[in-house]
Amino acid sequence: MHIMEGFLPSPWWEIWFAVSIPFILIGLYQMNRLVKENRETLPLLAVAGAFVFVLSSLKLPSVTGSCSHPTGTGLGAILFGPFIASVLGLIVLIYQALFLAHGGLTTLGANVFSMGIAGPVVAYLIYKAGTKAGINTYVTVFLAAALADLFTYVVTSVQLALAFPGEAGFFTAFQAFAAIFAVTQVPLAIVEGAVIALVFKYIVQLKPEILTKLNLLSEKTIRTLQEAAA
Amino acid sequence: MKYTLEIAVAAIIIIFAAVFLVQNAAIQANLGEGEEAWGGADGGAAELIESSGYEPWTKPLWEPPSGEIESLFFSLQAAIGAIIIGYFFGYWRGSRKTA
Repeated sequence: MHIMEGFLPSPWWEIWFAVSIPFILIGLYQMNRLVKENRETLPLLAVAGAFVFVLSSLKLPSVTGSCSHPTGTGLGAILFGPFIASVLGLIVLIYQALFLAHGGLTTLGANVFSMGIAGPVVAYLIYKAGTKAGINTYVTVFLAAALADLFTYVVTSVQLALAFPGEAGFFTAFQAFAAIFAVTQVPLAIVEGAVIALVFKYIVQLKPEILTKLNLLSEKTIRTLQEAAA
Repeated sequence: MKYTLEIAVAAIIIIFAAVFLVQNAAIQANLGEGEEAWGGADGGAAELIESSGYEPWTKPLWEPPSGEIESLFFSLQAAIGAIIIGYFFGYWRGSRKTA
């Protein structure tokens, strides 16, 4: 989903920086407060960040004959909310921009917006809605992570289509970019959703007290989930 | 049903791999001389943009000098993440057992 260095003309790269910076600042503030008030969430925060690291390093082949990678931001967004997830996304994007020349420093704002903000917001909303509606926790996590992944790529397509509408206009350009990004992403999104649902299961088994502390699951739900796995 | 989720995830990954093998066979059969399939989607989008005559206005500060060095950094990235995940999951597992 990276927009490569130099591939966003002015004013678009400035616009995406302007949009992303407030999210990052709120994220840093929330992260700081979370770690101060609740020291024991720090390992979970590290795990959520590590997931973005691992998943976004896997370039997986997909149906259309091209390769793309999962984003892994869904887990962080479910656990800590979209703002903190955007900080986790930012760290990975800086690593890839500096060491791999994937993405870039001028396009960082746009990439942070698609991977670190748009995707996590979707994951967060789906998780909240699914939990409220009483849908099975793992199904909810699967949907949240998979759709966050997919939406990241839809947003990248929108960003490119806005900057390069061509003569045929925004919508045709969007279809062309979405054909490259979003379609390739569908199977990867399904795999990512499944893997993150599995990880969530292990967190429920190993560290359920953090989940209740973060107000993600009630103790009753956790007991039901643990009994189902026993 | 202790392992329902594990089985479901394994099934999804197997289907994913099978689809790849079938698709790869079809693509390789139609590939011309010197062409290469399975490039990155990022590059695909960049090509589409460049075909309209756009020139990127700036370059990355540093680029991995070869594909091998690029994979080095990708595997480092995966390893850093995997160490952190493995360390904490192992730690939690261990502290539950002794508790």
